[in-house]
This record gives sequence, structure tokens and C-alpha cells, in this order.
Amino acid sequence: MADDKDVLRDVWFGRIPACFTLSPEETTEREAEPYYLLLPRVSYLTLVTDKVKKHFLRVMKAEDSTEMWFEYEGTPLKWHYPIGVLFDLHASNTALPWNVTVHFKNFPEHDLLHCTSNSVIEAHFMSCIKEADALKHKGQVINDMQKKDHKQLWMGLQNDKFDQFWAMNRKLMEYPTDEGGFRYIPFRMYQTMGERPFIQKLFRPVSPEGHTLTLGDLLKELFPAAICAEEHSCDLVATLPRPGTGSQTAGRNSDQAQRVEYGASIDEPKRFQVMIHGIEPLLETPIQWLSEHLSHPDNFLHISIIPAPSD
Amino acid sequence: MPSSLLWAVDVYGRVYSLSTAGQQWEHCRDAHLEFKRVTAVQQCCWSIACDHNIYLYVHASEVPIRYQEETYENQRWNPVDGFSDRLLPSDRWQWSDITGLKHQPLGDFQLPSENWEWEADWYIDENFGGEPTEKGGWTYAIDFPATYTKDKKWNSCVRRRRWIRYRRYKAQDTWVKIPSEQTESLPDPFNDITCGGWEITEEPRGCLALWAVSLQGKVRTQFVPDHFYCTFEQVWFRCDINHHNPEGSVWEEVPVPGEVVQISCGPGDLVWAVLWEGHLLVWFRRGVNSHNPCGSGWIGMVGEMVMINVGLSDQVWAIGFEDRAVYFRQGVTASELSGKAWKVVSVPRDSERSHSSASASSLQSAGCFFGGEVRLQSQASMLSDADAETERAGGEVVPTPEIGDAPKPRIPKVTSDSFISELVSDREGQISRRDVPPAGPSIPEEDHPEKELEDRASPAQVLSPSQSGGVDPQWSNVDLEEAQTHLTSGPGGDAAETSSLSSVATYNLALEEPYGLDEPPKWAWVSGGGCLVECHTQLNWFNSSTSTALNSSMQAMSLSITPAQTAAWRKQIFEQLSERSKREMENFMHYEQAIEQSVWVKKGTMQWWRDWKPHKWVDVQFALEQFSGVEGNKDGILFIYYTFNDEKKYLHMFINEVTILVPVLNDSKHTFAIYTAERTKQRWPMRLAAATELEMHDWLALLSVSCCDSRGIQGPPSKQAIWSVTCKGDIFVSEPTKELEASPYPTPCAQMFWRQVGGHLRIIESNSLGVVWGIGYDHTAWVHTGGYGGGFFQGLASSTDNIYTQTDVKSVYIYENQRWNPVTGYTNRGLPTDRYMWSNASGLKECTKNNTKPPSPNWTWVSDWTIDYAVPGGTDREGWQYAADFPASYHGNKTLKDFVRRRRWARKCKLTTTGPWQEVPPIPLSDITILPCGPKSTVEQVSLWAISNKGDILCRLGVTSLTPGSSSNYGSSWLHVGTDQPFKSISIGAVHQVWAIAKDGSAFYRGSVSAQNPAGDCWYHIPSPTGQKLKQVSVGRTSVYTVDENGNLWYRHGVTPSYPQGSSWEHISNNVRKVSVGPLDQVWVIADKVQGSHSLSCGTVCRRLGVLPMEPKGHSWDYGIGGGWDHITVRGNAMEAPRIVMPSLTDNQTATRPLQTSNQPEMNGNPVGC
Repeated sequence: MADDKDVLRDVWFGRIPACFTLSPEETTEREAEPYYLLLPRVSYLTLVTDKVKKHFLRVMKAEDSTEMWFEYEGTPLKWHYPIGVLFDLHASNTALPWNVTVHFKNFPEHDLLHCTSNSVIEAHFMSCIKEADALKHKGQVINDMQKKDHKQLWMGLQNDKFDQFWAMNRKLMEYPTDEGGFRYIPFRMYQTMGERPFIQKLFRPVSPEGHTLTLGDLLKELFPAAICAEEHSCDLVATLPRPGTGSQTAGRNSDQAQRVEYGASIDEPKRFQVMIHGIEPLLETPIQWLSEHLSHPDNFLHISIIPAPSD
Repeated sequence: MPSSLLWAVDVYGRVYSLSTAGQQWEHCRDAHLEFKRVTAVQQCCWSIACDHNIYLYVHASEVPIRYQEETYENQRWNPVDGFSDRLLPSDRWQWSDITGLKHQPLGDFQLPSENWEWEADWYIDENFGGEPTEKGGWTYAIDFPATYTKDKKWNSCVRRRRWIRYRRYKAQDTWVKIPSEQTESLPDPFNDITCGGWEITEEPRGCLALWAVSLQGKVRTQFVPDHFYCTFEQVWFRCDINHHNPEGSVWEEVPVPGEVVQISCGPGDLVWAVLWEGHLLVWFRRGVNSHNPCGSGWIGMVGEMVMINVGLSDQVWAIGFEDRAVYFRQGVTASELSGKAWKVVSVPRDSERSHSSASASSLQSAGCFFGGEVRLQSQASMLSDADAETERAGGEVVPTPEIGDAPKPRIPKVTSDSFISELVSDREGQISRRDVPPAGPSIPEEDHPEKELEDRASPAQVLSPSQSGGVDPQWSNVDLEEAQTHLTSGPGGDAAETSSLSSVATYNLALEEPYGLDEPPKWAWVSGGGCLVECHTQLNWFNSSTSTALNSSMQAMSLSITPAQTAAWRKQIFEQLSERSKREMENFMHYEQAIEQSVWVKKGTMQWWRDWKPHKWVDVQFALEQFSGVEGNKDGILFIYYTFNDEKKYLHMFINEVTILVPVLNDSKHTFAIYTAERTKQRWPMRLAAATELEMHDWLALLSVSCCDSRGIQGPPSKQAIWSVTCKGDIFVSEPTKELEASPYPTPCAQMFWRQVGGHLRIIESNSLGVVWGIGYDHTAWVHTGGYGGGFFQGLASSTDNIYTQTDVKSVYIYENQRWNPVTGYTNRGLPTDRYMWSNASGLKECTKNNTKPPSPNWTWVSDWTIDYAVPGGTDREGWQYAADFPASYHGNKTLKDFVRRRRWARKCKLTTTGPWQEVPPIPLSDITILPCGPKSTVEQVSLWAISNKGDILCRLGVTSLTPGSSSNYGSSWLHVGTDQPFKSISIGAVHQVWAIAKDGSAFYRGSVSAQNPAGDCWYHIPSPTGQKLKQVSVGRTSVYTVDENGNLWYRHGVTPSYPQGSSWEHISNNVRKVSVGPLDQVWVIADKVQGSHSLSCGTVCRRLGVLPMEPKGHSWDYGIGGGWDHITVRGNAMEAPRIVMPSLTDNQTATRPLQTSNQPEMNGNPVGC
């Protein structure tokens, strides 16, 4: 049986093939060839696109070389979301490679943050880690680390060094065994349509009664629509015992029992997909395990909720 | 950690036991009597019943208690009859003991008690000192008493033969009365009893001492080798209890100064007795050790206890004065013997199970809220809530500060019977209610009501999902705690609380009988002598209000962590991730990577052993550069920057060339050795030392991961893996390639890459189905869990699951040397040329009791220095061995020519580490073997044989390989295979041929072993090579190899399917310490004195070259990793290389060369040390 460590590797080494094309709005001296690149899912767009910038600047006038930004099918891409999240949110279920349009003009001030240098990304990344640790350990672990340890986390991400990163990140993933998990799970839940950019709330991995909470529990609290195909199936859920508390069989029963319990759509078409790193974990997956294994390097669990493909 | 038992007697005289793994007191049902006292050790329990007789309870074991009776039949030759039983009048008896002085015909042997049975009839022993005799078993001599030989000579006038018969102790898992004729002679009945002394210094291992006090306060003791007993008013001591005689034989009286009330003895040789005037608060005697057996002072403990008992590893058990509950002293460690706090043991008794099962069933029906069972459930939950709280209230009485209080006069005499009867009579009124199952406090019960209520509340809540994950205000733990604090104010408050609780739950039924049923068990006596509790053990016995919720959450967590239970979601994530990688990356691998791989450097300072003159430790800068190789695999270079003659220089080493990293912890430096293939050949590793142990472990883990990465090795060892163990107990594993056993050009074994696995073992055995077992230095058996890492490998270098705590214990020996002089006799004043008066075995190094440290910082002392009597050659009463001069051969009795003497002192030390190993209790083992299997073999039942540390042969049942590394490799139970003598080595071949070596050095073959008949039917004695005592055996597909005590390796000739015993031994090599023959008949050994180009090493892994189906003996040796290796098993490697047929290129130079030997002193080659 594969080890949980393999999940960490798979997550870290996830890559999205992307095709960068220059926007036709840009004025060029000659035809710009598209640029193909494998983007790490866990990194940030502006951190890994130096090559793209160089490529396109070659065909552009020097005076136009302002800040580069990206757009996909009309949506400006927020560089401060991990690449994998951007892809899952906007482009999953589309053909690969991912066609990203490169812009230099008309920076969408309302939609994007400026990213003038890598130090801006580093500051954003470190503040995420600190926020996550504040949720997990009241910030004790990250505060106990030295400056060079923080640097090691960042350098690990920047240089795609799995071992270097995890040698340090491991400490952020520890928790007292008698508590069964972190204090709160650092997570962010994204939606394409919502008015808020993402949902974030305090959520503990273990219920007050001591039951392990799952992805399903999280969704039920924050986004019940994601697990109920139709209104009437939500009613069905209500009459069933709550998972974990209703009976001890919840954890160990088969797949099918789970589905019935959640009233999830066996027959109904799914309205939403709940994506983490391009996969859809089962709803009974413990949220603590997900936080430990499927979090991004910023220590947040980024959950994308996207409309299910119609076919 | 195997479970062990805590024994206790309640005030009604019923005996209960509580397992460290269990959560309830088990009533000892077959005890029809009522008991007053119990005293337990791990293998048995002694007690005094109300009829004042002593009873013994021996735990059933898979290894029976057997005793060999023997007698000799003597005959003399006369010209008329030849040999006949007509002896001369001056001769010995026709049937006698070995000396001939005692007349003992077969018919005179009686079973010592009705608890024994004969195993079979008398039979003749045909084994004479390891050599098989002629049929009939006669041995010949010129006359009695004389030296016997197995061959009849012209002058053999007398002969004798040995008859043996086994008796077996049958009264296991039951109370048996110790035959009364032994106690009849005593003036009065016993009053207290205690058992201990299994580590007592002057007795051979396996003895127990049983002490008893009779009514008039005298002490008697008794030794029973392996179990012992004694008596009261006088203290009596029971003699001769041991492994073969669990009941002991006679009582001895021990004079004492006053009237003894209570007596207690520990595992060592200390016995404490409380005299009549004794004080009754709990006191802890400070400063007790072997130099000062009386201790130096008393420390008072908070809490009043009726009785107290010190169990294994100094853990303290007591019974509270007021509540009669069993208490456990928490936090007693070697460094803090007084412990931290008393903790009440609150688990239900099994008689209460009927009650709990009722609530369990109510739990199952919890889904149907509106059924007719509601009333019953609510009663149950109300009751148990109330009980739990009363129990807690009881628990809270304990910490009442009593420090320094004078002993309270009103407390009854500790051991008097009247006290118990007083208690019983107090309860007389309630006894009639005893048949109603008393609702004791129980964890499950406490959980259930909460759950039920939760369920009730949930239908309403689920509708508003935002709340459902939140807290139920009325039912949080906080409330329960509050309720409990009110409780101490009296039952009134309690009732109010209870009713309010129930009204919240919207059903106020069943308030009629909330109390009274309950009577928390009243205990009278507790014995923890058999109960092993260590600091890392988790007990489920304590039930405090704060821990309840936590407990259940921990249970929930541990449930969710168990792989089997999470398989569905986990498997789905694994599958989806690999699907995702395929979808998103497979067709795009030609795309450019966004991040160029750069070099990552880790630097540090270290010391490096400069391996040229002058040899010394030099401060160096140390750097590891890691980068991605051409094909995406990682690689690295190790740099060592040093200064030589003010010039800066550096050495480097490619990570992909490193073959092994060996930690070499010793007391002065934290060093490790790095080998490459070249350095393995030279026996000349690079040696480095880190400043601290932690730093060394960090570097080792990092380098190890780096080496594995460069070779593309990750995850757990494969089924084919070759395992080895160093003399430090470190475990290494190597992944064989197909080319490793290729012929004629195999991969040299110096090129094998070894990685370390956490844990500590002495022996390890495996087979190609992935079954891996090991044995620790303390003879504990361990099974591989399928994980990797542990020990100092943490994080990425270790698997998450399957890592457990592992402990090991071994002895450190030093020698006390003395020389005789005419004036004062033997003194510690030696000649100036003599060795140190306190030294190691060789005498070259001074080792005093004070300066001798445990082998490495990982070890801690767990005992004091004691004289070791189990030295080869024997000792006198004080442990001395005598010789004419140092160094010489020592013998156990003093003669006129002896001018020097020495004795060995032993001290135990203990290591605690982690690794992918799970303990296989309870039988300690000394050797093990697992059926080797072919490459494509599918065997359902894997034969596994073992030898217990007492020499019994055992066959493991139920070992399968269905899922490697999991519980199926663990097997189910041991089957004892009878033998006439103790054994020391065993091996099973691919077609179930079982060979074993007895302790006397003779070889045996087990007939008719097959998959259907896993234990076989009988032993065939195989003569040893002339004049040699065999030590170890290994059987492969067909080859049988043995090693003798002089280091010779022997091959068995003439083994055929029809005649599996073979015909003769052929000498293959010398300087061999151990052999492992694999499923391809490949032969690997641990050899001594292997000469490298730079140095020499002992304990080196070597492989026999040129082994082919038609040439099973091979022709020469190939040398692998070494210096300090102790054990190897290649029995997992069934990977056959594609055979290339080539003309024989046998290197004539090496064709007949035995293992190279040398006597040069070594500088560097043996860093691990032996």
C-alpha cells in the first residue's frame, strides 16, 4: 500500500501544461510565438513566468515592457492564488494545455494586485503560512522558527526543492497526539460565481464530542449546496443521523453507506465539483488528513467549488 | 508491548485480574474459594485462601513446563552371559542415578503432585554428548566409576545406558492447592505471602523466591526454581521453585527479630517486612540500593492507603483507605522513584458486563429514537451517569493534603483478617443486593448517554447545518465537570443536577432508583508483581472527568488512522492523484519546466578522522551539494574542506557512490562512517564526527535520503531485500538486483547499497514472501510491519504508519581480578605486570564500576552491578573463577596451583527507540527461521520455526503472506515440538527440510515435515564433524551448511530427496561466524579477519562465488561490507539472474583460497567495533 508520503510528492510535483499567447491588443514588432511551459501547481504565476516574460519582451518595444499580467477567457488571473487553484477554478474540464493570454497593457487595477518583484510574492507567501500557523498552533511553531528556517520554506518553494521545503514544513504539520489534530483547519473555499473571493471560517478537525470531522462536514457547514444535488435530497440528509455521531459505523462503512448517509447524488446529477489539487476527494475524507497532505505550501487547504460539467 | 496482569482481591475474597491491554477486571471464576492475599509475578500468581492454604495459579503458556527424569541402567560383562544385570557385590545398583550412589529403579519415580502428568513412557537416550550411540544407547567403560565411551573396546567390562521420561505440569490457568503435607508441619497457618526474587543475585536465572508469614509473625521462605514461596508469624521461605518446578518443594523458616505483619520482596534480593508496630501511612524508603539495603530515610506520601505493593519496574500499586479503590502511582520513573500522584484505577468488573452490554445494545438501537426502548435506555444512562460521578467524587477524596501527618491510629492492622470481615459485616445489609449487577464506573457507559442525547438533538440541528458541526451547549464536557464539582457537596446537589440533566434531555423518567445499586468495588489486596507498566505504555484504566471526552476523541482518531478503515477515501485519493498526473503531464513531458533545478547546499562543521599519519580528528567544513542529474534523478556531492599545512584543501565523494552510512555512537564521540565500494574493499571508511548526537542524526538522515534519492530507492524494503544487523544492533537492508546472483559475473557485493532501518535487533530472518522477523538482545521477538524509517529517521525518511516503540535490554560485563599472596590470600593487589584489577574481558582496558558507561548514549542503566554466575566454565559460590595466571583458562573451583582469580559483574542497560517492528509476545526466542520460497511461489501457510531462549523448539502457526508486513505475518500461536535437550539453532529449507543444532553441538534432522504436517514427526540425530561442536545451521533450496564453534563452515554431502539427512560433512572454510543459505542456494556468511588493502575487519559480509546447481559449494569468496557485522539473511532474495552460459573462467588463484586471514593490528577498518 502506498504511503501517505507519496501524496505529498504527488501534490508537490503536480504540473499544468500551459500555452502562453500574447494578447492581440499588444503591439509587437514581429509575430509573437506562443510559449509552452509546465507550471508547478503549488507555485505562483508571477514566480515561475520569468521565461515567459523574456520570451515576449523580445518581440516588443522596450517602452511597452510594463508589468506583465495574465488572463484566461476574459478573467484576469490573480497571481496570489496558487496556480493549481486558478486552473481548477477557471479551466478544469477544458482541453490541455491551458491557454493563458499574456498582457502588458491595461493592468486591471480592480482585479489584480501588483507584483513588482519576487519579494512581494515572498511576503504574501509568508503571511499565508503565518496565518495558517496561527490557526493551527496559535502561531507558536512558526514563531519558534528562525529567520533562516522561514527562508528555507520560501527557497524550497522558489527553487522547487521538495526535500528542502518539507524538512521544515514537517514541523508546521505536527500536532499533539492527544488532541487529534490542529486547533483549526486553515482552508479557503473558492467559487467562480460568488461575490466574495473565498470563504474562510474557523473549523476544528474534531467535533466537541471527539469525532473526526470530514470534508463532508466542512461543506455541510459552509457550502451545503455542494453536497446536495437538489433541495429534496437536502431534506433526506436532515432525517439521517449525523455522520460520526449517528452511529459508529460511519467511519468504517463502505463507500455506499456513506453516499446514502450524505444523501449525495447517486441518481441525481451533481451540480458542483469539489476540487483540491485537481482531484475530488470523497466526502468522508477526514479534514485533518486533507490539511496535512493536500495543503498548498502556504499551509492552506485551497478548495475550489466549480459547477459540474453538464455532460 | 505484551499485555500483563494486575491482580487484586476484593473484600469478598474474589480474585480479579486486570490486563494492561484491557478495560475491565476479569473475575477468576474457577476459584471456588475466597482468597485473602495474592502475590503475582509475570508467569504465575500465589495466594492464601480463607482455608489458610496456599494456592498457585500458573498462566498457560505455549511452551509447557516439562521436567526430565533420568535414571541409569548399569551392567557388567561376565564370560558366561556377556553383559548382564548381574553385578558384583561391590558394584553400584543395577538402576541408579548418574553417580551410582542412589538406587532408583524405574518404578520408584512418582509424580511430585497431582498437578503433574507423564508425557510418555520411559525410553532410552541414544545421544551421548552430542554423538549418536549404537542402537540400545549403551556406553562402555573399564569399570564403574570411569570414563564412558560410545564404542565397545576389548577391555570394556561395564556398560550403562540412560533412560529418560518427561513429566509435564498440567495445572495451568487454574488455582491449585499446594499439597498440604508440606504445610502441615508448620505450627500455624500463613498470613501473608509474597513472591519475587527472579533477579536475585545468587540464584540461577529463572528462580523465584516465595516468602510467607505465618499467624504468629514468623517468616519462612522458599525457593522454587522459577517460582518460590514462604510463610508467616514466622517468615517461611519456600525452597526450590524454578521453571521446572513451579510448586517448589519445602518451606524453610527464617528467623526475624519481631512479629511480622506484612512482607514484600522485589525482583532483586531485597525483602521488606512490616512489624506489628508498623505505621500505616504510605512511606517511600529512600536510598535503597545494593550498598545500603536498608535505605536512608522515609518520604511520606500524600494519601492514606490500606496496603501497598511495588511491582515491576518499580511501579507502585495501593489500595485506598477510605474508598478501597485500587490506586496506581503515576510518574514513577527511574529518576523519580517517588512518582507524582495517585491515580485511581476505575474500570468495571466483568460481572458488570451484563449491565454495560445493555447500554451497548441501546447504542445500537440509537437510530430508532421513537421505539419502545426509550425508557430502558434512559434508565441505563441515568444510572451510569450517577455512578460515574460518585466514582469521581470518591477519586477526589484522595488528594486531601495529609503531608507529614502522623500515622492514624484508627486504621486497622494492615493484614488482619478481622479487618476484612469487619468490612464485610458492614456491608452485610447490602450483600443481599450483590446479585444485582453493581454499576461500576465505565468509560463506555459514560460515552453512551452522551451519544444518545446527541442523537436526539441532532434531527433538529441538521436542518441548520451551520450549527451541526458546533457545540451542543448542554452537553459539553464543561458542564459535566461543573456537575461533578457540585457533587462533592453531597448527594442532594447531585440529585438536583441529575434531574436537571434529564430534563434537558426532555425525558424525566426513571428517577426512582438512581442510586444504591452501585457499590464501587471494594478491594482488599492488590499485587502488581506481574504487571509491567512503562512510561510509554498507555493504560485505559483511568477514568477522570477531563479525560473522557479526550479519550473518545482519541479513539475516534485512532479509528480514522487505521489504514484498513480509511481505505476507501485514501485509495481514492491515491488513484485520482495518479490519474491526474497522467492526464495533466503525460503528454506534455517535453514542455519546458518552469523552474530550473538549481543546486541546494547544506553546510556544517564536523570532525574528520584524517586517515594518514598522524591519525587524528581534524576540524573540517562539511557540505552536501544536491542537484538534479541528467535524467531528472537527484544526485549530490559531499565536500570536506580541511586545512593541511596552512593550505586549504578538500576531499569529495559522490553521493551515488556511497554504499552505506554506519552510525558509530560511542561514549566519547558522535561519529559515523561512510563507505563506497572502493572503501569497502580497502576496509577503510571515511569517518566523521558531529558535535552533538542530534546533529549526527540530522546529517545521517539527510545523507541517507540523499543516497536513496540518487539510487531511486524509496518506500519500504522489497520482499527480496537482504537484511543485516551490526554488532551494535543497527539494522541495514539492501535491495538486490538480478545481477547480484548472476553467474559467472555477479555484481561484487562490495557494491551493494545498504540503508538503515530503525530499531534494534540481534537476529533477523526473512523470506521472499516478505515475512520478516527479528529477535532483540533481550530475546524479544519482533515482526516487521512493512514500514521503514523510525529511530532517528524522521519526516520524509520514515513511513507514517507502522512505526512502533521498541525496547531492548542487554548486559554490560566487567571483570574483577585478584591475585593470591601468602600473607593475605586473594587481594586486589596485583603484580605491576598484571592487568587492571577491574577490567574488560581481555584485561587490557580498565573498567571500574564507576567509570563504565552504557555502550552509547542511547542506552541507560536499568539495574545495579551484580555478580554473574552464568559464566562459561562455572564459578564458585561467590562467582569466582580461578586460574594459574592471567590470561589463562579459568575454572570454577580453586586448586592449589591457582594464583589468580576473577569474577564477572553484569549490569543491565536498556535502549528505547522506534522502528517498523511489532512485538510478538510472550515467549522469548533465541533463534528463528522462515521457509524460503521460490520466485513465483504462492504458499499460503509460511512455516516459521523458532527456538525459545530456554532451548525449546517451537513452530509458529498461522503465518501467511497474504498482505506483507501486516498482521498476517504475525501468525497466531506457537506449537511446542518436544525434544530431549535444549537447542540453539534451527533452519528450514525450501522443501520443509528442518535442521537444528542442539546446545551440546550435535545436529538433528526433523522427519516428515510438510505443509500439511508443519511440525513433522521425529528427530534424526546427525553426527557432527569429528571433534567439532556445531553452532549454527542454514538450509537453502537443497544445500545444508553449518558453522561450528571454531569458526569452520561445513557443507553437507549426499543430501538427496530420498535421503535428506545426507551422508557426510565437507569442510569449506574457516573464520566463519554465521552462514545464511538462500532460496537459490546462494551462500553468504559473516566472516572474521577479512583483510582489505588498508585494514582488516572482523564481522564481514561475504558471498560464495561460483555456486551453481551442480556446484553447490562454489569456489571462492567475494567480500562485502564489514567491520562489525553480526548477522545477515539472504533468504528473501529469490531473484534468479538470466543465466549466461560461458566457458568456465574459474580464477585459479582464488579457487582453493580460504578466507584471507591476518593478524595485523587494525587502525581504522573496524569502526563499528565488536
